[in-house]
Amino acid sequence: MRGREWSRPVRPARREVLSAVPQLEEGRPPLLFVPGFGHGAWAFAEHWLGHAASRGFPAYAVSLRGHGGSEPAPEATLRAYAHDVVQVAAGLPRQAVLVGHGAGALVVAHALARYPARGAVLVAPVFGGWGVLGAALRRNPAGTLPAVFGGPLRLSRGQLFSRELPDEEARRYVGRLGRAGRRAQWALLGEPEAEPAVGAPPVLVLGSPDDRVVPASTLTRVARRYGSAPLLFPGMGHDVMLDARWAEPIDAILDWLEKEPAGH
Amino acid sequence: MSTSTDHGRPDPEATSSGLGSDDRPVSDRGDTVCVIGAGASGLTAIKNLREHGFGVDCYERETGVGGAWNWRHDRSPVYASTHLISSKPFTQFPDFPMPDSWPDYPHHSQLLSYFERYADHFDLRSHIWFGTEVIRVEPAEGERWDVTTRSTGGYGPERTSRYAAVVIANGHNWSPKLPRYEGLEQFRGEIMHASSYKDPAQLRGKRVLVVGAGNTGCDIAVEAAQQASRCWHSTRRGYWYAPKYVLGRPADQVNDSLLALRVPLRLRQWLYHWTLRLTVGDLTRFGLPKPDHRVYETHPIANSQLVYYVGHGGIGPVPDVARFHPYAVELADGREIDPEVVVFATGYLPRFEFLDASVFGDSAGAGRPGLWLNAFTPGHPTLAVAGLVQPDSGLFTLSHWQTVLFARLLQARRDRPERAAAFGQRVRERAGERYSGPVKESSRHWFEVGHADYLRAVERALVELEGK
Repeated sequence: MRGREWSRPVRPARREVLSAVPQLEEGRPPLLFVPGFGHGAWAFAEHWLGHAASRGFPAYAVSLRGHGGSEPAPEATLRAYAHDVVQVAAGLPRQAVLVGHGAGALVVAHALARYPARGAVLVAPVFGGWGVLGAALRRNPAGTLPAVFGGPLRLSRGQLFSRELPDEEARRYVGRLGRAGRRAQWALLGEPEAEPAVGAPPVLVLGSPDDRVVPASTLTRVARRYGSAPLLFPGMGHDVMLDARWAEPIDAILDWLEKEPAGH
Repeated sequence: MSTSTDHGRPDPEATSSGLGSDDRPVSDRGDTVCVIGAGASGLTAIKNLREHGFGVDCYERETGVGGAWNWRHDRSPVYASTHLISSKPFTQFPDFPMPDSWPDYPHHSQLLSYFERYADHFDLRSHIWFGTEVIRVEPAEGERWDVTTRSTGGYGPERTSRYAAVVIANGHNWSPKLPRYEGLEQFRGEIMHASSYKDPAQLRGKRVLVVGAGNTGCDIAVEAAQQASRCWHSTRRGYWYAPKYVLGRPADQVNDSLLALRVPLRLRQWLYHWTLRLTVGDLTRFGLPKPDHRVYETHPIANSQLVYYVGHGGIGPVPDVARFHPYAVELADGREIDPEVVVFATGYLPRFEFLDASVFGDSAGAGRPGLWLNAFTPGHPTLAVAGLVQPDSGLFTLSHWQTVLFARLLQARRDRPERAAAFGQRVRERAGERYSGPVKESSRHWFEVGHADYLRAVERALVELEGK
């Protein structure tokens, strides 16, 4: 029974969805990219959407409510974000692969309990918990502390990108960051674990051992939950889709999809 | 995900042949499951069985998906203005939500597009044989089933395939239930069952009598109030007419807030009566009979407009029909009225003409199978019925969980036979269980279920089966 889903459905919100589809339909499953807190669909539109489309995968990215070009939603909850993802996924022509980045991976984990995805990829997943908060406080106290009290979470250039990324580009990206709803931010501290995924989709976890938001131990822990080991890309920051060597992780994801039964 | 067949269509080249009970050739479909019907329940059965790794052949007598909700089908009961009476969250499949941009109570054409999208999204069409009807389902050795099909038009040869399991999802809203009245044959006016009502133009400018106070009867009475020159609405007893909106929200959502809090039935009834007194008021003032039962004791009627049109004189409430005369209808209170058109919105009866009634434990053939959870039949662990419920909410969520449970049961038969045997034991012990509280006895209410009670029962069955 999911009484709350019935008696208190999530309020609809206007959502931004960016896409890049291949010129020739090759029967590959569509990919739906879900950005982390503060990021919008633009983060994937920079490089990954076009790259996935060039390899034959229809690619879409959604801005969670309150992010990017979607409707403002300061009181949004994690449940509302998951609703946004499921709505967009169910609106795609075929069963989709969900790709979540950062806290977007946690949103995807919740969405997987409500939508039988073809597969899922969790990129540098932020699943919350006190350990992650501790690490963030040590590395960036000024940006993290206000979030604990309902203020904005500000991630620094050093946390997000490697030194290889030109400074000007990095500054431009950091300038585009927004913020998540405070209730959703708090959910990172005490939210109960996501229900098991429906339809037992294959799940790939990947990230960087040099990520300064998600410790490598977290990557291993999340991957173990889904019965695998994380795929690692040393030398990259948290925002692997924007960092200098952005092509490596997306190619690895697409290779994995081509090999998995989900890719066909 | 491994599947026993990549393509759902029975391929004579790929299947071994044997002989059936009367020496017919039978193509053996191995572990494949047969689904009868590609309406809402059939579609979710295909999807969930595929998701659990089973090959599926679905037979659909029509040429498209959607069953009752596809108005092009000759068995579809929907009419031009049919809207849902349960709001979106109650109606949609739990893992495939309707779009946010749709209204609270979508139109039937939206529902059809929803099923078409569901079929395309999960690639279900390649597992469906359209234009093929099932004419016989017979038990075969090893708890398997011989399913005989032929093309809907009746041409072409019959063919029999042997399946590991069968899901019956042939719907229960297509075989009209017509009441018997004295003198009905002599009546000179037009008589139709609600199933053949398609468009308000059929009523325009005429004197119309609508019989029956189900949701369909009330909807047609409201349409007649706007189109016909006169409308009478005959009901056997008084009913509670619930508005579709309460406190600015769909009424079923408000009601479920109380269910979620597990508010006891008596208190919910009291709150409901109190809300209706505030919103709809005293029905007897409008000339409607006083309900002889409390709310939740008959199938709920969600109609905001009926009382409104009664108040405007558009609908004249009348009692039960006593008998028909050639040019008049005599009512139970002795009055006579002279309708030109009589619409019987008297419901439908479930029918399973392809199956020997004794398989269902219904040896009397009354169309009332003895099932557990309205889905599982004693002694036949590989047979399930999907969607044979009349819920106080939408049906599709219930069909979804029924078919998930059946798919898990089939898995358990393979991987954990002791669990599957225990499940079979429960089916035998608990067949005929009801999930609806105290409801009035009538052919329409025997498969009535309260959605919350029913889903909790399915959830318990799932947990018991998985042993968590």
